[in-house]
Amino acid sequence: MSVARLPTGGQVGRDRTLRFSFDGKSYEGLQGDTLASALLANGVHLVGRSFKYHRPRGIMTAGPEEPSALVTVRRDAARSTPNLRATQVELYDGLCAVSQNRWPSLRFDLGRLTELFSPLLPAGFYYKTFMWPRTAWHRLYEPLIRRMAGLGEAPLLPDPDRYAQQHAHCEVLVVGAGPAGLAAALAASRSGARVILCDERPRFGGSLLCDDRSRIDGLAATEWVTAAIAELAQNPRVRLLPRTTAFGYFPHNHLGLSERITDHLAEPPAGLARERLWQVRAQQVVLATGSIEQPLVFPGNDRPGVMLAGAALRYLKEQAVLPGRRVVIVTICDSAYRVAFEMQAAGARVAAIIDLRPDPSPAQPDGWQQRLRQAGIAVETAARVLRTRGRGHVSAVEIGRLDAAGLPTGQRSIDCDLLLVAGGFVPSVHLFSQSRGKLRYDEALQTYLPGDSAESERSAGACRGLLSGLAAALQDGAAAGAAAANASGCAGEEPRFEIIEDSTAATAGRLPRAEAAVSGPKAFVDFQHDVMLKDLDLAMREGFRSIEHIKRYTTTGMATDQGKTSNVNALHHAARGLGKPVPSVGLTTFRMPYTPITFASFAGQARGEIFDPVRRTPMHGWAVRQGAVFEDVGMWKRARFFPRSGEDMHAAVARECRAVREGCGVFDASTLGKIVVAGPGATAFMDRFYVNDWSKLAVGRCKYGVLLRDDGFVYDDGVVARLAEDRFHVTTTTGGAARVLAMMEDYRQTEWTDLDVWLTSTTEQWAVIAVQGPRARELLAPLVDGLDISAAALPHMAVVHGTLRGMPMMLFRVSFTGELGFEVNVPSDQGAAALDAICEAGKALGLTPYGTETMHVLRAEKGFIIIGQDTDGTVTPDDVGLTWAIGKAKPDFVGKRALARPAMHAPDRKQLVGLLTRDPRVVLEEGAQVVDVPGQAPPMKLIGHVTSSYASATLGRSIALAVVAGGRARIGQTLHVPMPGGEIPVEVCAPVFYDPKGARLNV
Amino acid sequence: MSDTASSGIGMGTTLAPAWLQRVTPAARFVLQGGPSALAAAARALGIPDADAPGRCSGEGTTLTLIWLGPDERLLIAWLEDAASLGARLEAALAGQAHSLVDVTQRQVGLRLAAAFAADLLNCGCPLDLDPARFPVGSGTRTLFNKTDIVLWRRGVDDFHIEVWRSFEDYLVRWMAEAAQDFAPQR
Repeated sequence: MSVARLPTGGQVGRDRTLRFSFDGKSYEGLQGDTLASALLANGVHLVGRSFKYHRPRGIMTAGPEEPSALVTVRRDAARSTPNLRATQVELYDGLCAVSQNRWPSLRFDLGRLTELFSPLLPAGFYYKTFMWPRTAWHRLYEPLIRRMAGLGEAPLLPDPDRYAQQHAHCEVLVVGAGPAGLAAALAASRSGARVILCDERPRFGGSLLCDDRSRIDGLAATEWVTAAIAELAQNPRVRLLPRTTAFGYFPHNHLGLSERITDHLAEPPAGLARERLWQVRAQQVVLATGSIEQPLVFPGNDRPGVMLAGAALRYLKEQAVLPGRRVVIVTICDSAYRVAFEMQAAGARVAAIIDLRPDPSPAQPDGWQQRLRQAGIAVETAARVLRTRGRGHVSAVEIGRLDAAGLPTGQRSIDCDLLLVAGGFVPSVHLFSQSRGKLRYDEALQTYLPGDSAESERSAGACRGLLSGLAAALQDGAAAGAAAANASGCAGEEPRFEIIEDSTAATAGRLPRAEAAVSGPKAFVDFQHDVMLKDLDLAMREGFRSIEHIKRYTTTGMATDQGKTSNVNALHHAARGLGKPVPSVGLTTFRMPYTPITFASFAGQARGEIFDPVRRTPMHGWAVRQGAVFEDVGMWKRARFFPRSGEDMHAAVARECRAVREGCGVFDASTLGKIVVAGPGATAFMDRFYVNDWSKLAVGRCKYGVLLRDDGFVYDDGVVARLAEDRFHVTTTTGGAARVLAMMEDYRQTEWTDLDVWLTSTTEQWAVIAVQGPRARELLAPLVDGLDISAAALPHMAVVHGTLRGMPMMLFRVSFTGELGFEVNVPSDQGAAALDAICEAGKALGLTPYGTETMHVLRAEKGFIIIGQDTDGTVTPDDVGLTWAIGKAKPDFVGKRALARPAMHAPDRKQLVGLLTRDPRVVLEEGAQVVDVPGQAPPMKLIGHVTSSYASATLGRSIALAVVAGGRARIGQTLHVPMPGGEIPVEVCAPVFYDPKGARLNV
Repeated sequence: MSDTASSGIGMGTTLAPAWLQRVTPAARFVLQGGPSALAAAARALGIPDADAPGRCSGEGTTLTLIWLGPDERLLIAWLEDAASLGARLEAALAGQAHSLVDVTQRQVGLRLAAAFAADLLNCGCPLDLDPARFPVGSGTRTLFNKTDIVLWRRGVDDFHIEVWRSFEDYLVRWMAEAAQDFAPQR
């Protein structure tokens, strides 16, 4: 048996030993151990090195507040989790843990040298020292500091585990399953309410798990816990979530819970999620989050072997581990006495209780003095620990008193191998504070307690200051659970419990927290960030008055434990130092998460193929079979080009362009956004929304529409067809579909409620096949079941209903290529069949599939803009030559008033122009800057930039579109595009390179 | 309708689990208009209007009408085709301000029937799906992670989901992934 494990007792499984390793050395533990209890059972107290001074550190607590015992747990190279609190890591067979922040080893750590320089490393050291020279920060100081400091290392491999997310609703969420939480859950669940009960520990019961003396309803405390869980578990409206931390309290009773599902298993089942992030929306919340025992501040209070008294009690009662044999207890309250009795009863020798209070007995239960005498436990009153001694582990404490001048008197040394510290329990108000509830300072308890609630929430038990005794906590929980159920509309009744309390588990008593700290070397306040009392003193000497500033200057409370064991001591020391009452020093903010949560938990399932929707058109399979190379446009996969064997993109695009200009090409345009605007108010709506005048558009005809934001800048464009007097078919850009519909709905619902008009997205109702090129009509005519699609019957910018090989069809005569063009719209299910029919008919005509890249080149040759490429949200219609589209006679439209501002007409606004390089083979880079005076030294005067640039197979040369200040007045001038290889001279021209009169369209 | 007409990903593959099946009605319409137009449409359909949030009507008929907004309904017709139903409704709505748009092929229907259906939906849908809060016969527009859906509860463990066709693959993959926590030995 391990050195510190008692032969009987505890709540551990003794039928099987679990093997585990720490820093490569093998140990044995039991089912029910945490890594911390198993290490203590093996006599291992030194488990880590501190953050700044690399001081040896041990296990101080038994819970999530642990500041020192941080370890990395490794399953394999990809499954390695740093900065876990050993006090929360459940032991499993084969667990492999390593210590952190030490080199080359935990026992011999070179980083310890920093401690020699600790006088040189005061608070604010970083701010003061590494400011000069500035360039040294990135190259020298930061890399060095990062290597020396910091915590564990994150794995570099992708996380192979699954992470789940789940929404849940309930009438009553109970956070914490100690006595108050269990009682609350019982009371609430008996009302028929849906109840969720969560607790960060693997077992419910909280403080009842280390209470083997109290009795509830005739049962031992742990038996009562078992019975309570059994009752809750058989209620189908109750969800029990052990190993689940409520880490965040968000508005409207929305709480985040992090459930650890497999971390405690030796062999997690394949496929099971490692963690689950719960998003709970609770009608009522009961916070039963308990309290956290605080350490005391004195020189050497961080030495391994110094432990919180309550933690030692838990290790003793839960895991039958006696962390020391010769024990000294230092306390400022009564809770230490129970621990003393229990330690002594378990076989340890309690050498002394050092009580700061001059006369602790009045508050203590009857009989304590006699018990202390019988047990032979000496109590030193009005005394303190002045410092500790020991190499790597505490071996003795020096105690004494302070005289009126604060000087020590009556010092003497007591040998010990365990120093237990009882600094009083502080209610866990983290979640209450996160919920924006008001905290109030309680003078008697010398701590903050929940005041007025901001949410539908109530605190119960220790977390609202009921620190004295089991009966109070249980009954308070029951009342809170019943009240929460009632408030949620269920009939809750408060159960009454018959409680016989452990006579020693009593009152906090008077709590002289303000006088408790003893200054001197190595008197730590924040153990994780190595902040000492003298650092706080320095901050105050340097003029910091608010606890928020003192916190940031010294970094106290800013470590991963968020000051769970340091904020209270820091606050009281600051209040004392500043000579102010505690409440006037301020209070630091409690932020989520309560304990660290993995990033993967927040990401959940949203990774890999389901990180984001991948949208594919009805003809996607066809494009795949044609060998398309795809590009992402918004969430859509669009065919970019269709290379034939041996072709690169340039060659494929040149071939596709020629095919469209000379014969015909086919293009999948299904991703264009489509919106039906219908109702008697449709024309008025369109007139107010788009810049164009729609009143004169005949039924069956189309118009190019331009949409502005209310700031007058171009937002979207697209062809709009009038299908009926009261019905428009609006198309938008692929990427703009959702935002244009949202903007339309916004105006419809909030600005223009006078209009009877409605909007419906039909983007995915239709598959759209663009057939473009001089032979397009020849191709389509035989397919459209006798429909007359001649130039006379179906001119450019017209639409007609018909059928294509029997499939219902809307046929648009439109062109984004400058050639004779049609866009065949068929219901999506028939897209593939329609495309097959078109391709079959097109074989004889050399019909060529083309992609978005060719579409871009063809439209650029015609000077058609692409929203988001040639515009950037600061472009007016006039800037891009679209003034002609504006309905001049209209009283108003979105953006009209903004367009009237003088700045929108300044002659030096950037205007869309064409650029032709002097050397026709040179293709400009998109985004390249344009200057008018060559040979400038940087910073040059930049007058514009290239927005689109391609090699045009049609023209046998490069072309580019650009926005250039006062560009239209510069047509004919030579400008320059400075590039790393030299300046490229370009001639400014009109932004239409091909068929400027549109002769090819109107055929 | 044939599944091969779609992208070929998702429901057309072995990815589709047994508890999530494509269900294809004959027609779908988005109907919008004021109270009198909606009432006239309901009369023509022979079913009550779904006139409150979460409400559906048409139980026991071959039609399902789902409330999407104060002036908006989704009409699903299980037998009558879009041409016939559309003509019938337009005739009934003549003279009434309204918008009737055929969305038969804009979206696809999925039937999610499993003991874990509500929990699985709650992996991506924040609604309270307790049968007391979202009873059998309820329907609503909502979210499943990053996609819009319309959710209609046919039974306690039996849901019909309408989703835009290009988001179906995402939805199906998501549900198959998340279902591992409910039906690991599927």
